[in-house]
Amino acid sequence: MAKKVLAVDDSKTMRDMVSFTLSGAGFEVILAEDGAHALSVLNGQSVDLVITDVNMPNMNGIELVGKLRENPLYKTVPILILTTESDDSIKGQGRAAGATGWIVKPFVPDKLLKVVAKVCP
Amino acid sequence: MVETSSISSDFDPRKIGVIQDDNSSVDADGGDIVQFVSFKVGDSEYCVDIMAVREIKGWAEVTDLPNTPEFVRGVLNLRGIIVPIFDLRCRFGQGLTECTALHVMIILQVEDRIMGILVDAVSDIITVNTNEILPAPTLDKKSEQKFISGLMTVQERMVALLEIEKLFDLETIVEAAIEE
Amino acid sequence: MLPSMQDDPFYQFKVTFFEECDELLGNMESYLTDLEEGDHDSELLNAIFRVVHSIKAGAGAFSFERMVNFTHRFEFLLDKLRDGSMTVDDTIVRVLFDSNDVLVDLVDFARNGAETPREFGAHELAKIEALINGESLPEEGALPAAAGSAVPEVEGEKSKAGTDAGSKVFEIDFSPKPSLFQHANEPLLIIRELSGLGDLKVSLDSSMIPELHVMEPEKSYFTWTFELNTEASRDDIDEVFEFVVDDCDLTIVEKDCTGKITGVDVTAASDLGDDDFGFFVNEEDLPGNQASSNQSAEPTVDQEDDDDFGFFVDVDAGEVEAGVQTNDENSKSYKADSLPVEAPASSEATASVKQSSMPQAPVPQTANAPVAEKPTSVAKVSSIRVDIDRVDKLVNMVGEIVITHSMLASELTVLQEDRQTSLGSGIEEMSMHIRELQDNVMAIRMQPVKSVFSRMPRIVRDVSKKLDKKVKLVTEGENTEVDKTVVEELADPLTHMIRNSLDHGLETPDERIAAGKPAEGKILLSAEHRGGRIVITIADDGRGINRPKVLELAKEKGVVEESQVLSDEEIDNLIFAPGFSTADEVTDLSGRGVGMDVVRRNIQSLGGRVSVVSEPGVGSRFQLTLPLTLAVLDGMVVGVGEQKFVIPINNIIETLRPEKEAIKTLVDGTHVIKVRGEYIRLVETRKTFSVLNAETDLSKNLVVLVEADGDRTIGIVVDKLSGQQQVVIKSLEANFGRVEGIASATILGNGSVCLILDIDGLADMDSSNQSDTAHYLKSNMLSSGISSDVSENEAAQ
Repeated sequence: MAKKVLAVDDSKTMRDMVSFTLSGAGFEVILAEDGAHALSVLNGQSVDLVITDVNMPNMNGIELVGKLRENPLYKTVPILILTTESDDSIKGQGRAAGATGWIVKPFVPDKLLKVVAKVCP
Repeated sequence: MVETSSISSDFDPRKIGVIQDDNSSVDADGGDIVQFVSFKVGDSEYCVDIMAVREIKGWAEVTDLPNTPEFVRGVLNLRGIIVPIFDLRCRFGQGLTECTALHVMIILQVEDRIMGILVDAVSDIITVNTNEILPAPTLDKKSEQKFISGLMTVQERMVALLEIEKLFDLETIVEAAIEE
Repeated sequence: MLPSMQDDPFYQFKVTFFEECDELLGNMESYLTDLEEGDHDSELLNAIFRVVHSIKAGAGAFSFERMVNFTHRFEFLLDKLRDGSMTVDDTIVRVLFDSNDVLVDLVDFARNGAETPREFGAHELAKIEALINGESLPEEGALPAAAGSAVPEVEGEKSKAGTDAGSKVFEIDFSPKPSLFQHANEPLLIIRELSGLGDLKVSLDSSMIPELHVMEPEKSYFTWTFELNTEASRDDIDEVFEFVVDDCDLTIVEKDCTGKITGVDVTAASDLGDDDFGFFVNEEDLPGNQASSNQSAEPTVDQEDDDDFGFFVDVDAGEVEAGVQTNDENSKSYKADSLPVEAPASSEATASVKQSSMPQAPVPQTANAPVAEKPTSVAKVSSIRVDIDRVDKLVNMVGEIVITHSMLASELTVLQEDRQTSLGSGIEEMSMHIRELQDNVMAIRMQPVKSVFSRMPRIVRDVSKKLDKKVKLVTEGENTEVDKTVVEELADPLTHMIRNSLDHGLETPDERIAAGKPAEGKILLSAEHRGGRIVITIADDGRGINRPKVLELAKEKGVVEESQVLSDEEIDNLIFAPGFSTADEVTDLSGRGVGMDVVRRNIQSLGGRVSVVSEPGVGSRFQLTLPLTLAVLDGMVVGVGEQKFVIPINNIIETLRPEKEAIKTLVDGTHVIKVRGEYIRLVETRKTFSVLNAETDLSKNLVVLVEADGDRTIGIVVDKLSGQQQVVIKSLEANFGRVEGIASATILGNGSVCLILDIDGLADMDSSNQSDTAHYLKSNMLSSGISSDVSENEAAQ
């Protein structure tokens, strides 16, 4: 039973990269383009991991994390947020909203897999 | 709609299997085994590389293309693609072919262009060793010689290998138009 | 294009990345223009930031170092503008424009796999740095020595410092807190990860587990002690606890082999601040006075909770981003996400405005406190990306259905079937559905011309700089939609015409002032739909066409006879004559030979027209009209002898049966017809296309009056009209070449090929065209070459 990952990013390049890297590692990947889109894509289905960008139109990543944590279904799902080395306040906000960890952009595929393995083996 | 037509008695179906994408397979005597589709125009027999042949159709009316050389018979709708049909007999300076239902159009693909040649009849699929293909005679002014890249003998018949790319090169079409 | 790298596993993503860059940078151009015009909306600044941010992320993923370095600082500057610590002014806008240009080039370098020149962009980078540091901008041209070195190394894979060879023994005490679980972390995974580093002895202290009835499921009652014998470094162990370091009590002690403690170390949160990943701690579970927690007293962004928690801080983050931004419900909002296929359901292309009422940085919430509901009015535009090949296949299929349907319809007519039968009405109904299907499929391929328009400001900036001219480019109607194929074909002609306006149309600032005009010239680029076509206008307020000079040049070049007298309009149109160029000297902007004639030819080959209106001293206005799609057109099928041709309805003015006395014959044998006092040249298709068995008596013919470009009218002589229909345009050039007087081909209901007339070509043709055939063939067929229309051929396979 493949683990299911929801990847949320408004950049198609990043979505493709995350999707390619994780599908290659045997995950089933669902994609969404922003926070609002992510919620409608999820629609109550269970996932094993969420990876979300922060800076997105239509509902940013922080807000998405908050929304997910409010929902009993996703309370214990690991959530990784994509941050940049230059903006630490994002980490703080993510943490406060209930995110599990973060990955610093830009990352290479191996790095992504390594971090994902930490929270969702 | 005529699918590949008569196949001669010396045709060896086992050879088909060894044809690779580049239309050649190594023969025991060295050289490559290649296949051609041969056809008749008047009393002469010509052939083209089988890999270039897309399909073979019976003659059907084509739409005339105005202000083009005489050998451009017109254009045909091939499943939504506009394909020009060239009259080979006329191309070789022997006048227009008088078409009947028995005449045949061989649809060829050269790189990404598709075109058809109008011939009298398709005769054979020839399988030969490249060693057996003789170089074309030195160029003379006879118009058809320009388009022949080699000669081969098949059961006592002389078959000329056509160089399709040259046949429909735009430059030569334009030259022909000017000659007219 | 991207060099095809078969061995590059990321090739496909790079293609996506560059497509995305093009889209983002296209938007960027218009964002910056809005910014320049005084719109300092926070949402706009966010959108601008996001463009650079997204490009940076991709660049990092593919290790485009130069792009990463540049975007890194560019983004930093934008971030400062975004958070309000810097205010947008004209100087900054200029730098943003310049930096954007550099970014466009950097993307191109990377796309083409080209070496980026070493100093490239250094000057803009220096300007960015100067702005960030609040210094004055460096002199133009003066390259700061340290420009390159001002770029901080961007972290990729960090090399692990302090990897000691040889095995060590660490003793680790690990006691999770409830917050660890609230962040969805899992001790078991951490223990597993730890055991992967070496030989692990685990002992569990479960003495804290209470009686079942008082046990709280969300609490943790375990404490583990590990003894790890490993060759891994201390950094590696820290990394294991990366995500939980603040959600637990943790002590890591290194022992030597005798078990003696060699150094006590507790995890220092601040060590982790610049690591590639990390984890979060809940503030409600702050470590009290444990020696194990190392707190750096940093302000936190959280305004609701106590400030007594040490928070990771970036080395260079001197300030903390303001957590809340003003959330103006009425503010314009910009879509920074890409909607590649914007298919409006209706023809009225409404630019969809996404109302995002989310502040970019909401007040952080703790996990347990519900986020306050904010009123949202998000008008969602859901879209998908579709490979254009799929759409093209669909378009082709619909084309085939149209043809098959008209075949059935004509078959039905032949059968003399009563139209009232269900078969008849079925065919009728089907025809409506097919038409609708076709419209919808074509709509999928419609794109706003914005993607081309957005490239023009850059050209204007570059060229005006070279020419020392001041100019403002105004674009209008950039959301006007045309078929994708048309959009792609527009770039070259527009570029050329804009350059032409800059080069020949606009005067230098001095000349303008002398002429009583403002120093800054104006170029208007606009698009609009008009009568089923798109009309693009390029107008300038420059000097207009220099008619005496144009005429002189034309005579010099033999374009017109020495003795010929031309109207102003005719003179203006000479600039489209082949080989015409009025440049005083051969500049790199408008070299000889490539002129407006090429533009006109390109536009004509798309079934379009180009015209010019000019007024000396006031300016010139060029107008392109193009079909909205290159795939279908409404045509009038006409019969000439045994042949049929299609005349595009758009060109048709009227059809008339000529009176004998209205037809006159000129000396060279050309016939003209007098219509409402004007003589109009007749094009006798019978002669032009050497059609057999056609009606030779002109008075028994029909004349179709058509309008060609340059406001020319000609009369096309035909035997009969066979009816109107929408036809699917098929390329003749894909497998053959250009044919004089023929624009393209289509397939009629009976499956036969029918040629579509090239009205402008016929108007250009000399009446005695026979002698010109060879010459025309040579010039046209060879110049057009064989355009490979692969998609059309593939569809048939």
